[in-house]
Amino acid sequence: MSMITVKNLRKSFGKLEVLKDINAEVKEKEVICVIGPSGSGKSTFLRCLNRLEEITGGQVVINGHDITDKKVDLNKVRQEVGMVFQQFNLFPHKTVLENITLGPIKIHGTEKTEAEKLALELLDKVGLREKANSYPGELSGGQKQRVAIARALAMNPKIMLFDEPTSALDPEMVGDVLEVMKQLAKEGMTMVVVTHEMGFAREVGDRVIFMDGGYIVEENEPNALFGNPQHERTKAFLSKVL
Amino acid sequence: MDIISAALPMLLKGLQVTLYIFVIAIIIGFLVGLVIALFRLAPIKILNWIAKIYVDAIRGTPFIVQLFFIYFGLNSLQIISLNSTTAGIITVAINAGAYFAEIIRAGIQSIDKGQTEAARSIGFTGAQTMRYIILPQAFRRMLPTITNQSIISLKDTSLLSVIGIADLTQQGQIQASATFEAFKIWLAVGVIYFIIIYLLTLLANFVERRFQLR
Ligand SMILES: Nc1ncnc2c1ncn2[C@@H]1O[C@H](COP(=O)(O)OP(=O)(O)OP(=O)(O)O)[C@@H](O)[C@H]1O
Ligand SMILES: [Mg+2]
Repeated sequence: MSMITVKNLRKSFGKLEVLKDINAEVKEKEVICVIGPSGSGKSTFLRCLNRLEEITGGQVVINGHDITDKKVDLNKVRQEVGMVFQQFNLFPHKTVLENITLGPIKIHGTEKTEAEKLALELLDKVGLREKANSYPGELSGGQKQRVAIARALAMNPKIMLFDEPTSALDPEMVGDVLEVMKQLAKEGMTMVVVTHEMGFAREVGDRVIFMDGGYIVEENEPNALFGNPQHERTKAFLSKVL
Repeated sequence: MDIISAALPMLLKGLQVTLYIFVIAIIIGFLVGLVIALFRLAPIKILNWIAKIYVDAIRGTPFIVQLFFIYFGLNSLQIISLNSTTAGIITVAINAGAYFAEIIRAGIQSIDKGQTEAARSIGFTGAQTMRYIILPQAFRRMLPTITNQSIISLKDTSLLSVIGIADLTQQGQIQASATFEAFKIWLAVGVIYFIIIYLLTLLANFVERRFQLR
């Protein structure tokens, strides 16, 4: 079953056309990694999938909801799509536990005790139960990102979007976060991951999308794309990052 | 000393009036400021304009002119009739509201855009995002400037004596001319204002510490 269908997606910022005719499909439980040079439109593409960016043209269907339709209830669709940001974006005035329970309590109307129980389970999963009552300012980058993942999971999403989740981390923190993501992939979460971690893309990705200049230049299974790239631009990019 | 202790009951009565007007006006002013700030930031042109005209009009005119406009000007139309206390409260509230609006707008805009994005990506509506995520953080940052504006508004209430409100300043005038002891009376009035503002600052510091970001 198709969880994400993107047809002829275009996105411009004023005169600057950043996405030019993007077509993609993500099936249930698939893990898609998006790679490409800086400024190629990877983040913009990802942000169009939950319409954090207004879409200029084309169609995006998320788990059956056409989010380019004017009548769609975006807030509802977004509950099904978790997002993890490079800069974590935890709520600094709330404890770790409150960061995770706020959505379930205020949006789903979950009982506070129930929400906290779920939050603690999620914290167990990301290995941070002992930080439940800390504030984000007291955590390391890697811990913040794992809390951000738990916060997104608390809404029980069908799809998780990751925008360079490890790029702002010290190298020794990267592994913990990737480990959590691997676990999530293993449990069958549908994921779209923009990343510079080629090792992760190779190991966890079901397919890798290479973007450049607002286009999807090449798309393939990791071994094929990394081992035998078809396009010059893909080769040039890979020779720089591998 | 006996001059002052004789005058003190009346001065304190005036202080009561000052504080009564101040507290009501500052609460209304804050709510007005919040609404105007949201108007200013709303993606609706007309609301932006209403907010901008309001803020510019208040900032571009002296307080005393605003007071006369509301008390003498509006009353002269003979459509409504405002007593001096009501007119005083309205003027202080509307005046503070414009400054609060600017403070709140700047506070909201100082919060990182990633906070809104994170909240919206979870599924919060725009209003929920404002209420649970943006305003609580912005408010903490705004506290020092809000305190400042409140102190200015408290001092502005002393101008209300010119429309005959029996506030602390007005009582000072009455006592000074009754006793012919202008120096002592005005010194006492000054000290009372100072103490009130000092207490207000202490309160603000206390609130600030309680809400400090960890
Ligand atoms: N809000 C915006 N307003 C105007 N231009 C933007 C905006 N956001 C992105 N852009 C531009 O769109 C292009 C693509 O940006 P995007 O962030 O999607 O690239 P990216 O592939 O994620 O790059 P990076 O690897 O550096 O994160 C860039 O040229 C960028 O300057
Ligand atoms: Mg990016």
